[in-house]
Amino acid sequence: MPVQVLGEILSIRKVGAYQAVTVVAPGIAELYRPGHFVAVQVGGPESSMLLRRAFAIYDVQSRGVYGGTVQFVFSVHGKGTEWLSHRKPQDKIDVVGPLGKPFRLPTTPVRATLVGGGYGSAPLLPLAVALRERGCTVDFVLGAGSADKLFGQLDAKRLAGVIAVTTDDGSAGERGRVSDVLPQVLERTNSDVVYACGPMAMLRAVTEIATARGITAQVAVEESMACGIGVCMTCVLPVRGEDDVTRMVRSCVEGPVFLGDRVRWDDVGTVPADALGAPTGGH
Amino acid sequence: MTELTVRRDVPAPRPRVDLSTRLAGRTFPNPVFTASGCAAAGQELDQFFDITELGGVVTKSIMLAPRSGRATPRMAETPSGMLNSIGLQGPGIDAFLDKDLAWLADRGARAVVSIAGGSVEDYTQLAQRLRGAPGLAMLEVNISCPNVEDRGQVFACDPRAASEVVSAVRKTMTPDIPVFAKLSPDVTDITAIARACVDAGADGLSVINTLLGMAIDTDTMRPVLAGVTGGLSGPAIRPVAVRCVWQVHQALPDVPILGMGGIRTGRDALEFVLAGASAVSVGTTVFGDPMAPVRVLAELAQALADRGFERFSDAVGLAHRPPEAALPEGPDPVGDPA
Repeated sequence: MPVQVLGEILSIRKVGAYQAVTVVAPGIAELYRPGHFVAVQVGGPESSMLLRRAFAIYDVQSRGVYGGTVQFVFSVHGKGTEWLSHRKPQDKIDVVGPLGKPFRLPTTPVRATLVGGGYGSAPLLPLAVALRERGCTVDFVLGAGSADKLFGQLDAKRLAGVIAVTTDDGSAGERGRVSDVLPQVLERTNSDVVYACGPMAMLRAVTEIATARGITAQVAVEESMACGIGVCMTCVLPVRGEDDVTRMVRSCVEGPVFLGDRVRWDDVGTVPADALGAPTGGH
Repeated sequence: MTELTVRRDVPAPRPRVDLSTRLAGRTFPNPVFTASGCAAAGQELDQFFDITELGGVVTKSIMLAPRSGRATPRMAETPSGMLNSIGLQGPGIDAFLDKDLAWLADRGARAVVSIAGGSVEDYTQLAQRLRGAPGLAMLEVNISCPNVEDRGQVFACDPRAASEVVSAVRKTMTPDIPVFAKLSPDVTDITAIARACVDAGADGLSVINTLLGMAIDTDTMRPVLAGVTGGLSGPAIRPVAVRCVWQVHQALPDVPILGMGGIRTGRDALEFVLAGASAVSVGTTVFGDPMAPVRVLAELAQALADRGFERFSDAVGLAHRPPEAALPEGPDPVGDPA
């Protein structure tokens, strides 16, 4: 069950092009599993920005003197994240979490490839730890626009068997996209499963590559959300259910982690005509 | 104004004010409700607070058939508000009765079921399906959703259309269930629509639905919302909502009003009550603050106590008194320590 807490910021630090915030949030760490996210109020109690900003959880500490902390990574996109970037230690922020459906973990020790785009790698690092605890071998493919937008490369190196890095401008690793190197990595490692987090186009490409090899991809999507708790119905995308029926599902509660081959990538942003309750011309 | 954040670990002591309110013959333990479309069917918010503590849970408008809603983007944040263009996504009345209303009844919540349709016949059938449903405390007839492609379908913009829908629902629903009509502020004279609804049998009025709005992305130079236009809600619309409640209460002082539109604090709620609302819905604020409904309830109780009220009902419409009129025994307009 998620909780809403007004927590003190312990630290806020710059990591490349991003910032990482650690906040005291008792009750969240205890329930956390990799893939969960938090929704953060921005602008203070009298803010004109009413909607929460959602961030994947990067790290939690459930013990220690602060009695439970949560760390998340963000990049400044607009006024809300701009406000957040100016917070100082001891400032308080209102955090709701843990939210969403986490990554499903394999029950047997398999080999897993984790693909992160930009700071989409943040939730994959604790996932790698959890996978290794289960005896899995973990490989990483990290990509970003440029070197400063790669996140968690050092952590990944420590955890991974194989690590491949790409940047659009060639400032780190190979020039190109994660989807350019992923097929070779999967071939080399003979991975059983793929996990990915990053931009929608990347998740789609990763799903296609995994599906072509006959393995499953679990992907954490980034849809724009207003509440993060399942009441506003803004973060929907078309997903095929086990009954083969396509529904417009909420990425905050039914996701953010989906089986990649269940997402109707061609139709994201639209309502496919065969979706349950799709307009029949009447509305 | 820094004491606005009451957290779940800080249960606010409730001052001794009789908060009960009567809405058309039915008594609710307190006047704070959720708002349609801002609380789904209660289950999500029940993770954050006990939803039976609220006067009522107003569910997202339900239609006869399952409905996918509109394409994304469905939302745009605006100053002190937001635009939404959900398009009445929902599971349809069958699944709603089986799962959502059944859960609310089990939970012991007072369900205010909001219904929406494309024709008078749709509304009649919905009322039929809901007749005698366990847990149903009240019906809210959404005749004012702006997110329908044919603006001609906004029944609340035409007194005759509004009247037909309300009359059909009132005739179909059992007399023990109050029927409220939800009004749109996007009309020249909201009191004319209000009167038409009441003449057609509405027991009360929900005031107001969202205002039709729009935002354009200046980078893509296209509308932000896939649905182009959307409903504006949040504190940005509060003065409009208070004005509408005031006008409707002035025109129809005996008709109970469920007031809503940008309520964020107990003081905001009190503003609606003083304008004439017998109960209030907390809507968009929930998206940013899931605990808001119970916080607003605690703050409203405190605000009433601070002003010397012993009964919530004594505050309803009190702002309509003549400037020179004496306050009833008890309430004290300058007794607010804040």
